[in-house]
Amino acid sequence: MAISNPTIVRSAAKSSSTAPLIEVHGVRKTYQLGETEVHALRGVSVSIAAGDFVAIMGASGSGKSTFMNILGCLDKPTAGQYLLEGIDVSGLTKKDLARIRNQKIGFVFQSFNLLGRTTALENTELPMLYSRVSKKERESRAREALALVGLADRAEHFPAQLSGGQQQRVAIARALANQPSLLLADEPTGNLDSRTAVEIMDIFQRLNAKGLTIVLVTHEPDIAQFAKREIVFRDGHIKRDDVLPSPQVASDVLKTLPTIED
Amino acid sequence: MLIYAHSIWSEAMKSLRRNRIRTVLTILSLVVGIAAFICVVGVGKAGSAKVEEQLQKLGDNMIWVEAGSRATNGVRFGTRETKSLTVDDARAIFAEIPGLKRMSPNVDGRVQVVNGTQNWNTTYRGVAPDYFDIRRFEIQTGTIFTRDDVDRDVPVCILGQTVVQNLFPDEDPVGKSIRVQAMPCRVIGVFQPKGASASGWDQDDFIAMPYTTAMKRIGGTSWLDDIFFSATSRTAIPIATSQAVGLLRERHHLHPDEPDDFNIRSPEDVIRAQLQASELFTLLLGITASLALLVGGIGIMNIMLVSVTERTREIGIRLAIGATEADIQLQFLSEAVAMSLLGGFLGVIAGIGTSALFQNILQWEIKLTPQLLLFSGLFAAGIGIFFGYYPSRKASELNPIEALRYE
Repeated sequence: MAISNPTIVRSAAKSSSTAPLIEVHGVRKTYQLGETEVHALRGVSVSIAAGDFVAIMGASGSGKSTFMNILGCLDKPTAGQYLLEGIDVSGLTKKDLARIRNQKIGFVFQSFNLLGRTTALENTELPMLYSRVSKKERESRAREALALVGLADRAEHFPAQLSGGQQQRVAIARALANQPSLLLADEPTGNLDSRTAVEIMDIFQRLNAKGLTIVLVTHEPDIAQFAKREIVFRDGHIKRDDVLPSPQVASDVLKTLPTIED
Repeated sequence: MLIYAHSIWSEAMKSLRRNRIRTVLTILSLVVGIAAFICVVGVGKAGSAKVEEQLQKLGDNMIWVEAGSRATNGVRFGTRETKSLTVDDARAIFAEIPGLKRMSPNVDGRVQVVNGTQNWNTTYRGVAPDYFDIRRFEIQTGTIFTRDDVDRDVPVCILGQTVVQNLFPDEDPVGKSIRVQAMPCRVIGVFQPKGASASGWDQDDFIAMPYTTAMKRIGGTSWLDDIFFSATSRTAIPIATSQAVGLLRERHHLHPDEPDDFNIRSPEDVIRAQLQASELFTLLLGITASLALLVGGIGIMNIMLVSVTERTREIGIRLAIGATEADIQLQFLSEAVAMSLLGGFLGVIAGIGTSALFQNILQWEIKLTPQLLLFSGLFAAGIGIFFGYYPSRKASELNPIEALRYE
């Protein structure tokens, strides 16, 4: 799986100044569920530098998904501040948030979330559609992104014709299409077998090596091992925040695993 | 902007293509609605045109005074049984009552006409030259007679088409002489065919001659059967009619408690009422067909709402990767408008087709005006916007987090 053409990944040096990419100060999120208030986040502060690769761990209900949604500008904090590239996101309108999701953030989901009956190429073009890129440029950039995840020859295939790992790679290509400064992956390996999961982590590590900041939510400790930093959530708080001294290298792990597919 | 509009539109088209059966069924309901609408309005208009045509043939703001029923000593006489309507009455009305521009005293009856070995039983009408203007009779060949011919009761006549066919099957009758009962009579003209009347009698089976000729040389009578007037305008008809009634009663020395010994009416009013009825009918049919369109529109809304629910996850994905509410709304609205435009277009074609079928069956000339077709098309698009708005609004207001979690 060759990762070619590095131009699509925006380099860390270009995209940000000395300030961290993500700064979160005392973020709280409270949901009203009928009579009861649910405190999903009870004051979270964290700073993530450009070029980092963070794994967010925690049991379900720990607040990690809520935190992801806030990082992804899909949700707004009840209290506290979230700065993305120095911009205070908490005060933005829905339209501006959509713009930020489109321009600065790439999403990868557990269930891939590709549009059915739509080719890999068209799926990859989708974010550029909403940033008003011309059809011609959309196509060339989408092909570039697909090549980056090793799917140049599957551009015209439909999701149903692709394996889970391939679908997730299309999703990654889609997330990269608008050259985001942040890639958010929510349990990206949850629906994949272990070898394919490591392949996906290999792609992430290569992208990260080129400067892309990645925040990954997972509950699998061996997946978190591939990140540079591990943040553990519990009951709406950050319980632990460690830099991993020597992350696993996915390409090395792959050599030890038996080949299943292809 | 153009790139954007084009992109959103092509997304909408892709999505319609992905759900082909659903799209086709939705469009079908509109096609039927629009086609029905066009057909109904087309047929209705053709019906009105038919009545209008009769109105045209009938006459020019005509007031018709007919020698009429009168009860004398308990014996009731039918129409034209009285002998009190005279040429002087006609002249007096025409001279004294304002708002009349033409006048023709008439007599008529059945008569045997002979040309050599051919003979034919027909109706004669003794009339004044104004008659042809009032009833809008056109001359096909030859000419009409003059006032001078009337004054001198010259034996000339003009033939209707049916009479020509029976007396002169192979030759031009103008200039020839025929026998009307015992009277030799020169044919000076032939009428344009008028066809059958609304009530079905043959309007071409008659001969016309000066009323003086008919009274003196054929009927031998001194009274008239009827008088035709032309009013200067439609609005002048009612006043002129009531004044004519007053004048005639006075001239005929009728007591206030005696009934009229004549009938006076304006047949155009009857036809106009028919026309109004026909137009009302068209309107009602149009409303019914509009309901069909409305049902089509509700069908679109229904399908769109189902589609929004079904595509919740897709909407979530689009929102997550940066579509704004406006983008989503525009896409769904585009889908609705595309379906209704296509439905409208196919409906117009189907409407033209079915109208042609009706034309063959009814033998009516159905005119589909460009305005009607354009209106139907625009109406369809309007339905798309109207009924697509709510579902598309609903789609755009979905919460991306919940939409992404939707199974």
